[in-house]
Amino acid sequence: MIEALFPNVDWTKMWEATYDTLYMTAISTAVTFVLGIIIGILLFLTSPHQLWANKIVHFLTGSLVNIFRSIPFIILIILLIPFTKFLLGTIRGVNAALPALIIGSAPFYARLVLIALREVDKGVIEAARSMGANTFTIIWKVLIPESKPALISGITVTAVALVGYTAMAGIIGAGGLGNLAFLEGFQRSREDVTLMATILILVIVFVIQWIGDTITAKTDKR
Amino acid sequence: MIEVKNVTKIFKTKNGELTAVDHVNLSIQKGEIFGIIGYSGAGKSTLIRLLNGLEKPTSGSVIVNGLEISSIKGKELRLARQKISMIFQHFNLLWSRTVAENIAFPLEIAGVPKEEREKRVHELIELVGLSGRADAYPSQLSGGQKQRVGIARALANNPEVLLCDEATSALDPETTDSILRLLSDINQRLGLTIVLITHEMHVIRKICHRVAVMEAGRVVEQGDVLEVFQNPQAEITKNFVMQVSDSRESKESIEHILKNYPSGKLVKLIFVGNTTERPIISYLIKEFQLDINILHGNISQTVNGSYGTLIVQLDGDSENVEKALEKLKSMNIKTEVITND
Repeated sequence: MIEALFPNVDWTKMWEATYDTLYMTAISTAVTFVLGIIIGILLFLTSPHQLWANKIVHFLTGSLVNIFRSIPFIILIILLIPFTKFLLGTIRGVNAALPALIIGSAPFYARLVLIALREVDKGVIEAARSMGANTFTIIWKVLIPESKPALISGITVTAVALVGYTAMAGIIGAGGLGNLAFLEGFQRSREDVTLMATILILVIVFVIQWIGDTITAKTDKR
Repeated sequence: MIEVKNVTKIFKTKNGELTAVDHVNLSIQKGEIFGIIGYSGAGKSTLIRLLNGLEKPTSGSVIVNGLEISSIKGKELRLARQKISMIFQHFNLLWSRTVAENIAFPLEIAGVPKEEREKRVHELIELVGLSGRADAYPSQLSGGQKQRVGIARALANNPEVLLCDEATSALDPETTDSILRLLSDINQRLGLTIVLITHEMHVIRKICHRVAVMEAGRVVEQGDVLEVFQNPQAEITKNFVMQVSDSRESKESIEHILKNYPSGKLVKLIFVGNTTERPIISYLIKEFQLDINILHGNISQTVNGSYGTLIVQLDGDSENVEKALEKLKSMNIKTEVITND
C-alpha cells in the first residue's frame, strides 16, 4: 500500500536522512540551549538596575545578538563556510552544518531567555539577596528555576525553527530530510519523495512540540 | 542592637534628586519590637532596606549587631545578612519550590549539610504551624500560610534581627492578627529583635514596644507606643492614633449630643494602664449623685498596657460635677471637657 503510494522512495536513504535531521537538530538544540542561556543571563544581568548593570557590556552583547539574529540563515551558512572549514577541516557532512545552526539560533534563543528572565519576580531576587545569596546562587537557584517554563517553551520554539534550518543547511552538503527532498524529490521531479520527507519533518516537529509542551506544563507550579 | 546615625538616602531619578530618607536617627534595643509607621512614600521601605544593606546610605552610618552594614560589602555583607532576615508584603516565595524547599533555601545559601537542613526545616514548619503542608507549592497556600512560610524561611539561620516589610498589609484582618501573634510569640520565645514597617496603627498597637512615625523621609516622632498613643504630638501621629481609637466617628455623635442635651457637661476621660480596670463610673454616681450618660467608649490594648477613652455626659449639681472632675484628676485620669466650638 505504502509502496504503491510512494514508488520512488528509497527507504534506506529516507531513514538515513531522518536520522541526520534528528542528529543535527538534537546537537544544535542542546548547544543552543546552553549558549543561549549563558548569553541571555549576561544580557539580563548587565541591563540597567540589575546585579551587574553595565551599559557597555550590555550594548556590545545586545548588538552582537542582533547582528546574528538579523542575517538570513541561508546567507549566514555561506558567510560561515571559511569558519566551518577552519574549525572542522571540511564543509561536508552533518557536523559541518552545526556551527551555522548554532550561531544562527543561539542569539535568537538568548533573546527568548532574556524575556523569560525579565518575568522573574523582582521581589524574589531581592529576597534571595536579603538572605545573603551570591550572584551565582541567584542565577542557579532563583533565575533559572523560576523561569523554567518559559525557558523550555522558548527552546521548543527554537528547536522547531532548527528543524527548518537543517533543511537549508543541505546546500552546504549537510544531509537530512530537507536535502533529500530537494535533491531526490524536487530536482528529479519525484513528488512522492518530497511528500514523504515533508511528512517526516512534520512528525518530528509535532513530537518536539509535544515534548516541549509536556515538560513546560510539568515544571509550571504557579 | 541597631544604631542608625544621621542617615540620609538620596535617589537620583530622571526628574532630579529624591530624598527618601532625611537625617534619620534611631536606636533599637535588643529583643524589642520596633515599629516604623508612615504613609506610602514616607521613606520607610528605603529605611528598612538600609538595615540589611539592600540600599546604601548617601551619608550617615547603620550599625547592626556591632557591624557597620553601611560600609561592609561582598562576602562580609552576605554573611551579615544571614543574621538579619527579612519578610515581605508579597511574601516573595519561590513558586518553583515546595514549602519545605523554600524554607531550606537560606540554609542552602549558608552551606548547611543536607541532613541538618531537613531536621531544621521540619522544626520550622512545626514552629509556624504548617505541619502537613511541607510538600505543597506556594500556589496552593492562602496568603496567611504563605507569610508563615516567609517567616519560617526568615528564621532558618537563627537570625538576630527580623525585618518586616509591610508583612501584613496584603492580608485580611483576621489573618493579620494571627501573623502578628506569631511574630510576637517568636519575639518572646527567641528573643529576636523585630523591626517592622507598616501604615496600619493597629499593627503598632498590637505588638510594638516602641514606634517611630515617618513623614517625607524624616522621623517626626518616636517613643513608647503607649506614650505616643496617649499624647501624640505631630499632626500625622494624631491621624494614625485616630485610626484605632475611632474618634472620627464619635465626633459626629458628640455634636449630636451637644445639640440635643445642652444640660450638664460633656467630658472625655482618658485612662492609661491599670486605671482602665477600676469601676470609676459607678463610684462617681454613688459618691457625687450624678447622672452619667455614656456616649462613647473604647479600650485599646498595647504591649505596654491598655489605653482607653470614654466620653460621658455628667449631669447633676454643678458643684458636684466640679468635685467629680477634681476627684478624677487625683485618680490620675486625664479629663477633657468638650464644649461646643
